[in-house]
Amino acid sequence: MSDLAELWPPVALTLGLAAVTTLVLLVLGTPLAWWLARSRTRGKEIVAAIVALPLVLPPTVLGFYLLIALGPSGPGGLVAGLYGARSLAFSFEGLVIGSVIYSLPFVVQPIRNAFESFGERPLEAAATLRAGPVDRFFSVALPLARPGLMTGAVLGFAHTVGEFGVVLMIGGNIPGRTRVLSIAIYDYVEQLEWGKAHMLSAGLLVFAFLVILATMLLERRMRLRVH
Amino acid sequence: MTQDGPTLRAHFETQRGDFLLDASFEAPMLGVTALFGPSGSGKTTVLRAIAGLERLAGDLFVGPETWQDPDTFRPPHRRPVGYVFQEPSLFRHLDVRQNLLFGLRRTLRSPAHRPISADEVIELMGLSHLLSRRPHSLSGGERQRVAIGRALLSQPRLMLMDEPLTGLDLEAKDQIMLHLEMLHDALSIPVLLVSHDMAEVERLADRLVVMSAGTVAASGPLNEVLTGDILPLRSRRDAAAVLRARMEVYEEEDGLSRLDISGQSVWVAGRAARPGEWLRVRIAARDISLAVERPSKTTILNTLFASISAIEPHGEAEATILLALGADGDGPHFVARVTGRSVRALGLRPGIGVYAQLKSVSLVAGPATL
Repeated sequence: MSDLAELWPPVALTLGLAAVTTLVLLVLGTPLAWWLARSRTRGKEIVAAIVALPLVLPPTVLGFYLLIALGPSGPGGLVAGLYGARSLAFSFEGLVIGSVIYSLPFVVQPIRNAFESFGERPLEAAATLRAGPVDRFFSVALPLARPGLMTGAVLGFAHTVGEFGVVLMIGGNIPGRTRVLSIAIYDYVEQLEWGKAHMLSAGLLVFAFLVILATMLLERRMRLRVH
Repeated sequence: MTQDGPTLRAHFETQRGDFLLDASFEAPMLGVTALFGPSGSGKTTVLRAIAGLERLAGDLFVGPETWQDPDTFRPPHRRPVGYVFQEPSLFRHLDVRQNLLFGLRRTLRSPAHRPISADEVIELMGLSHLLSRRPHSLSGGERQRVAIGRALLSQPRLMLMDEPLTGLDLEAKDQIMLHLEMLHDALSIPVLLVSHDMAEVERLADRLVVMSAGTVAASGPLNEVLTGDILPLRSRRDAAAVLRARMEVYEEEDGLSRLDISGQSVWVAGRAARPGEWLRVRIAARDISLAVERPSKTTILNTLFASISAIEPHGEAEATILLALGADGDGPHFVARVTGRSVRALGLRPGIGVYAQLKSVSLVAGPATL
């Protein structure tokens, strides 16, 4: 039974990583999505394409470049130097950075769609009711985009839980620090500990199903309420 | 145009593809001014520019304030206007009460200078039973009433309404018009109303700014523009005049109200208003027949003495006769549509006096400030 206790750290680490990543994604992704939805700059589609890159890029490619960027001779190393570490690679912080970049399109796209869906009119109405630009964003745009924010958060969280390639490249396999669920499963399979691999895999399977189901139900309910 | 009191002076220019807009007009900050014209004539663009929702080249002076000139552009949220869009545009994430309070919370005026209270607006627009409802559960007419109430509560100094009645059924239209009339009397906020519907204009507007293909074709007091010669309005098939009448007395035995129009009496059925109140009366050109002698035996109740100002041919067989109330030709104008044959038979010509028999007189609205 004590054997099973070792299953918990990767689960806790994964949930923690996904939670922090989702939070960072919402804070960074929402203004980015707003800009992509509203800006009339021609260059914005270039930015949108960069944001969407992780959708098509093999995670190992992304992980490779991240490894260099986060390593001792990259910008990540410089930042790490500020608090006495050598590198951001193989650390929880590094995982968060990697996960944020990797899951960015899954968060930005639904939020951008939500911002675009209600058009100019509610914002114009708010402007004629004396709401300034910042006020309009918080009191009209954000509440109206709530279904998109929910979808983005759920997808960002779930996608982070499920990532493997990027983590493998930049995180390694340090128990309690970078050994997340997918890595743990890979390990157990390698060591022929099929029972443990089964338990974690089945858990993820159920989790994934529940997430998708919940998202669909949530979207349906919000659509019904809005129309 | 000479005006006492504050005015709104607007001039806007823009080019969008083939469409060229170059519109200037002036309106008093008083009563209802209708921006009237066919769709595509630039009315909505001008209204949006006044609200600051569009940034066109031009100038805009509202009373003593400059809202736009070559060096100034006051952003929309700093302009004390109440804007009513063609579609109600309520915030769907808020209930009716929260929608109403959205602008009130953000009003630029200090609490001591808020002439319009939430209770008053809720009462005026008939919203008390809707307060906790969500916008999607309201009918089109109810939504538009909430939108009007919401705009009013932002304590505007100028109401801008973009065809607020379009898309509503007749009953809802009528109800909102009634509310707008009450508003007109209860609150002295000037209104700029975009409309392409003459009946709406005749009922609500005090002044008319007629737009056509991006320019202002005419502007002035309603009846002057309706019967004036700058525009083809008086040669429309359904040409009409809208005159100001004062309620004199209700004659109980006949069930008629006697109204006074520039010193002449006109009777309408029912109790029209309280004595001394002003009403607005519509006289359609086709409902008038002319006689050169006072008609004696006739069932027609209302006869006005007027002098002919001008006669214009209308199509092959008809003529439009411009009349001025009274013998000396300086009363308010109205028009009659008669056949060319009658014009010749009676020897009608400018300068002579005629008796205009009105087959029908309709009250288009309660107390009017034409």
